[in-house]
Amino acid sequence: MKTKAILSVLGEDRVGIVAAISNALAEAGANIEDIRQTILSGVFSMTMLVTIDEDAESFEAVQARLATVAEEIGLQITLQREDVFRFMHRV
Amino acid sequence: MLDISPEEIAETVTMVTQQHLDIRTVTLGVSLTDCAAGDAASIGKRVYDRLMQAAERLVPTCESIEREFGIPIVNKRISVTPIAEIATCAGPDLTPIALAMDRAAHEIGVDFIGGFSALVQKGIGRGDQLIIDSLPSALAATERVCGSVNVASTRAGINMDAVMLMAETIKATAEATADRDGIGCAKLVVFCNMVEDNPFMAGAVHGSGEADIVVNVGISGPGVVNAVVRSLPDDADLTAVAEAIKATSFKITRAGELVAREAARRLGVTMGIVDLSLAPTPAEGDSVAEILEAIGVGRCGGPGTTTALALLNDAVKKGGAMGTSSIGGLSGAFIPVSEDMGMLRAVECGALTLEKLEAMTAVCSVGLDMIAIPGDTPAETIAAVISDACAIGVINSKTTAARLIPVPGKTVGDHVSFGGLLGHTPIMAVNGWAGTRLVRRGGRVPAPLGSLRN
Repeated sequence: MKTKAILSVLGEDRVGIVAAISNALAEAGANIEDIRQTILSGVFSMTMLVTIDEDAESFEAVQARLATVAEEIGLQITLQREDVFRFMHRV
Repeated sequence: MLDISPEEIAETVTMVTQQHLDIRTVTLGVSLTDCAAGDAASIGKRVYDRLMQAAERLVPTCESIEREFGIPIVNKRISVTPIAEIATCAGPDLTPIALAMDRAAHEIGVDFIGGFSALVQKGIGRGDQLIIDSLPSALAATERVCGSVNVASTRAGINMDAVMLMAETIKATAEATADRDGIGCAKLVVFCNMVEDNPFMAGAVHGSGEADIVVNVGISGPGVVNAVVRSLPDDADLTAVAEAIKATSFKITRAGELVAREAARRLGVTMGIVDLSLAPTPAEGDSVAEILEAIGVGRCGGPGTTTALALLNDAVKKGGAMGTSSIGGLSGAFIPVSEDMGMLRAVECGALTLEKLEAMTAVCSVGLDMIAIPGDTPAETIAAVISDACAIGVINSKTTAARLIPVPGKTVGDHVSFGGLLGHTPIMAVNGWAGTRLVRRGGRVPAPLGSLRN
């Protein structure tokens, strides 16, 4: 089953953030469909639209994998199903 | 292609991480109509079996929804058919049924189960009487069971005999839990115009008009609304305030709608309603009173409070109505004193009194909620306070309720702590000039005329 999700990253900018997260997603069999990066109020902010292949790795397993990355690079990473944002921000 | 902007994504993440956005409750309504039997022990066994089968997957399902959607679901709860309806032939003590409900609640992992209840607005049947007689011992013997009794409705008027009986039951429940500051009364609500699909405790029941198993969701979000109102410029007019609250309420409600749909789908049951009540918690910043103060009241309870609350309550409903087509439950702001730090501060500084809370109940959801009063308050005074709340509900065709706690051995100036979501509060003063003779007359206040509305 394919599940669309939004990955958001907040924290201090440093070398290797995108690489670390991309690697983790690739290992989980997740595809990156779009990526945006900006500095919001001096804070590094990145959002990705990803498709999780739950037949390869469950949503919760991908979350756990990303939690490990977040700890290693010292940033806040959240992975939420895309429906949440569509429901809350679109009529 | 990402059609949601990074700002919108950041807004949602901030709502959750900094402004207490959460789903306050996912409540599974379960019909127990097939659990009737001739004695309380047999009913208890059937109720336990039914609940374990119907709600077994409730908590793990909610936990996976929380993780995947990134929105906390604070409480998972169960509401059941009013027990009076299935216990008519049992008795005299229905406590074994409450004990079975409590045991199931522990094993399923829900923090409260509602429905040790009766509807007596027109008259008290045998099952109703058994429930009311059993309430003190049932609430004392259990941790998670909640009880409620409907004593008035717009179509039936106020059953003053039932109001008086409930006042005495509240006193008896306080005495039965005197070692825990009368906490039994925190799990007991007296209603006017009770609804059949309320997901919030302590008044949740699963009404007779419902399907066998239903998912009802109660939204939350005082912290989010508070942050939005505070972010407005000081000179924003009241239309702009209402607009900002409406837009925020839409977003909060959509989160509730999504969770309700998903929980119903995963559990394979009917989606019931989304309750648009703003429900505060004792957490700092998650306060309805602080929203009223952000709108511009000096301190909650001061002149202008009812106006600000009316604006807030209406704007939440208007925004919410765009977010879901399944509005239900109580759908009005809660103003529980012990569970809202802003209310608490207002009581402590003398700005907020019982009389003002009664006025506030006319424009929002249940108004006399989680109010600790002196333990020696006479039953007649408690009955008169309840009947005043009922009168507002009956005349205005809305739900009102009273959750009063006469704390044994404590008086005005003392403080009481119930712990957790139930919070803590000072003991509030009660006007000593009560309608004692009024409530002792008994009988029924007739149902009001539907026209001539002034």
